[in-house]
Amino acid sequence: MDALIDLLPELWTATYETLYIVAMTLFFGGIGGLLVGLGLYLTRAGSILENKPLFFVLNLLVNFIRPIPFIIFLAAAQPLARAVTGSGIGNNAIIFTIALAASFAMARIVEQNLLTVTPGVIDAARSVGAGPIRIIFTVLLPEALGPLILGYTFIFVALVDMSAVAGYVGGGGLGNFALLYGYRQFNPIVTWAAVLLIIVLVQFVQFFGNYLARKALRR
Amino acid sequence: MALVSLRNVSKVYPPASKGAPSVTAIDSVSLDVEAGDIYGIIGYSGAGKSTLVRLVNALEHSTSGEIIVDGQDIAVLPERALRKVRLGIGMIFQQFNLLGSRTVARNVAYPLQVAGYPKKQRAARVAELLDFVGLSDKAGSFPDQLSGGQKQRVGIARALATQPSILLADEATSALDPETTHEVLALLKRVNAEFGVTIIVITHEMDVIQTIATKVAVMDQGRVIERGPVFDVFSNPQAAASARFVATVVKGVPSAAELAVLRARHAGRIVTLAFRDSAVDQGAVFGELARAGIAFEVVYGGINEIQGRPFGHLTLALTAADRVIDTVLAHIRTLTTVTEVR
Repeated sequence: MDALIDLLPELWTATYETLYIVAMTLFFGGIGGLLVGLGLYLTRAGSILENKPLFFVLNLLVNFIRPIPFIIFLAAAQPLARAVTGSGIGNNAIIFTIALAASFAMARIVEQNLLTVTPGVIDAARSVGAGPIRIIFTVLLPEALGPLILGYTFIFVALVDMSAVAGYVGGGGLGNFALLYGYRQFNPIVTWAAVLLIIVLVQFVQFFGNYLARKALRR
Repeated sequence: MALVSLRNVSKVYPPASKGAPSVTAIDSVSLDVEAGDIYGIIGYSGAGKSTLVRLVNALEHSTSGEIIVDGQDIAVLPERALRKVRLGIGMIFQQFNLLGSRTVARNVAYPLQVAGYPKKQRAARVAELLDFVGLSDKAGSFPDQLSGGQKQRVGIARALATQPSILLADEATSALDPETTHEVLALLKRVNAEFGVTIIVITHEMDVIQTIATKVAVMDQGRVIERGPVFDVFSNPQAAASARFVATVVKGVPSAAELAVLRARHAGRIVTLAFRDSAVDQGAVFGELARAGIAFEVVYGGINEIQGRPFGHLTLALTAADRVIDTVLAHIRTLTTVTEVR
């Protein structure tokens, strides 16, 4: 317990770092996931920008990356992270790698959510002369907004998980804190403190996500 | 020049898998819809009628043939130009297809937004349209708070927003109960009468055709098998499928099975008389029978009215001496068509 009190400054720093990593990866991974997910949805057979070769490539890419266990993906993508961010370790490299993995995970969720939009409303939009870009912003995304918010909430929790795993390969945050000061120093109270903080964080975000989704769905 | 004119239009879907045959949804259809018509297209599901109507605003593209809308062959237009054409063609759907994330007012405003109307004009036009369909009090409601009939009225308001000259109704009443169906059909009639909008109605219900259409085309397996003014097709259907559709709303000539029942129940001779328009005077026919002292009973049939013109078949059981009946029937044959079924 005393050890934990001594470590409080480090705990707050780690919490802040986790929030920072998760926020950055939610932003970049969220945008990436939205783009890839839209790409999958729009190019599939019968959709408004049907393009079989492009769909095939996107689909294969997503299927290829998604099953890789994240801890292995971290290591495998390190050269790419180094090339893009200038370093293979540290928060920037971690943010890049998590955002990349999250993009492909999120892409499937976005695709599934968009598929819940009735094709009829897209017909209706087309019948009044709306083009693809307008349909995306005025029909697809607004109609799927509720499920999309829940999807992003879901991915937020996955990001907290991934950021903790990244602590193993030199990323900061609560995962690193729990490993460094708790697990390796045989101090479970320190580990549990980190776990507790993560639970509180996840609960808070899940409640907030549910609230927003309820607003969007008006129920 | 017809407002919408199809010339040998075909739509062939490529095979679903290698080796499977390709599917011909529309098989060289030619059709002319004049301005001001309410043109009904009827057929069983799978007859190709929905595909046909979706070719008119190019939601689907034809494989061959010309589709001339307002003097322009839209089959050859690029997508960007088609968007302009679609502003002049409203469409309503079986499942209404309203945007669930938007209020009624914003649903109606959507086509105006797409067409680039200034905000102020949009609000005025939306108010006008909601007043026309009688839903001014629902402007702030969301679609899931409305009944089916109300949803379709919003759909109609939305389809009319940009003042199109053509309205396509794809099974617009098929998801509604009979009473609501007639409300919506009455509204479509008003759209035609008050705004001069040409309406193409797709349906599998002959009742819809009978209620609002002026002309009808009967589709079967991708082809138009019969077409003409609604009265003609109803009173004298040529194709077997047309006759089956007519029989769903008009009790005409008894079928073989029904005849067997009639024969068992009635001892006398059974004849079917055709009445078409006011050309045949029912009074004169029945007068002949009465004067000859023939007892008669109406055992089957009915008289319908399409656009104010009556028509129908009546089947009578006649009781009298054969000689008397023959003489009178010979006389009645000069007035109308008589078919002796026994």
